[in-house]
Amino acid sequence: MAANPMSQFDVYRIGPEIKVGAFDISFTNASLFMILSTVSILLIFNFGSKKNSILPNKIQLLAELSYTFVSKMISDTAGSKAKPYFAFIFSLFMFVLFCNMFGMIPYTFTVTSHIIVTFVLAAFIFIGVTVIGFIKHGFGYLKLFVPSGVPAVLLPLIVVIEIISYLSRPISLSVRLFANMMAGHTMMKVFGGFVISLGIVGGWLPLSFSVALTGLEILVAFLQAYVFAILTCIYLNDALNLHH
Amino acid sequence: MVKKIYFQSIFFSFFFIKEAFAAESGGMPQLNPEFWVSQIFWLILTFGIMYLVLSKLILPKISNNLESRKSQVLENIEAAEKQREDSDAKLKEYDEIISKSKLEANSIFNQAREKALKNIVAKREVLDKQIDNEIAEAEKEIDALRKNAPNKINKIAIETSSELLQKLIGAEVNNSSISAIVDDLSKRNGDKYYGN
Repeated sequence: MAANPMSQFDVYRIGPEIKVGAFDISFTNASLFMILSTVSILLIFNFGSKKNSILPNKIQLLAELSYTFVSKMISDTAGSKAKPYFAFIFSLFMFVLFCNMFGMIPYTFTVTSHIIVTFVLAAFIFIGVTVIGFIKHGFGYLKLFVPSGVPAVLLPLIVVIEIISYLSRPISLSVRLFANMMAGHTMMKVFGGFVISLGIVGGWLPLSFSVALTGLEILVAFLQAYVFAILTCIYLNDALNLHH
Repeated sequence: MVKKIYFQSIFFSFFFIKEAFAAESGGMPQLNPEFWVSQIFWLILTFGIMYLVLSKLILPKISNNLESRKSQVLENIEAAEKQREDSDAKLKEYDEIISKSKLEANSIFNQAREKALKNIVAKREVLDKQIDNEIAEAEKEIDALRKNAPNKINKIAIETSSELLQKLIGAEVNNSSISAIVDDLSKRNGDKYYGN
């Protein structure tokens, strides 16, 4: 198991098999790390919001900096109309960030390296944004597919492309996160394997590469969470402020 | 360059799996739908609970904290501004008091000087008057003396001349005849002696 770079993504049951009808909803290592991530988020932000001192302590500062960071990100990309969706985007960003970061600890499981998890998040965002768009603008939301200032000859082509790009949003959003996570972790596992197989003589090169990769992966873990959240904001911006 | 190595090694890793671990589950565990439902279920459960707790309990508190801190800081700044203004006003007041008291001191000094000058003038006048009086009295006395002087001189002349005559002649001479001569002489020469 340890030698296979892909085996780190294996999902296995922890405890008994739980079945609801035909569906298997057993508690797995993925569930464990989802719970770990959410619990640590809740703990950090709970302690960060408990006391309100004028000079914040470290955990309060962390919570407030995250709050202002996400709120600034939303107001910059989606404007003031996106304020009601702040809690969702904040949760989304924190959830993805913590799942990514938990994955950076050796012997852990990366929840976001599974396409089904990222796809469910992306599909929820896609459906939610589409529903918000139709609620705000009615059928006028379809104008999103008809950019202004395009020659009439090109219009059929542009509309088709716009529709395809719109429909591919959940796929690109989910695959981006999943592929980044999976590729990074696979890479690290592969280089780790090289360290073992080349031994004490030749193992130093892949080891140093592995160290560098760890730094890169931590950056990617943050960056992908940020990209996921900011793309959500951009999609939300399309739905809230129809510019086309 | 790094990217190239990155993707090559990913490719290599897939190749590796195919070659060496074909006997194991094979391919990506992500594409094995065995636990998809479980993952979706737990994702919705954990994310949903986290979203609810964050949005209902924690985020409002944080925004409240930030807001209250902001308002408190603003309040403090306002209070500081107010105190600064107060101190400025007090400083101005103080300056005014100082300049006013300086003026007052000046005027008091001037008054005192004037008073002193007036006093001096008055005293000088009084003294002048006194001196004038004294001078006038002295002049009067001198005048009186001057007036009396010819008589006395006449008298002296009469007496001296009568005594002289007595010694020269040896007989008493009638005073009245002598005085008549002296009077006559003095009347003739009076102007010469006294300059009247």
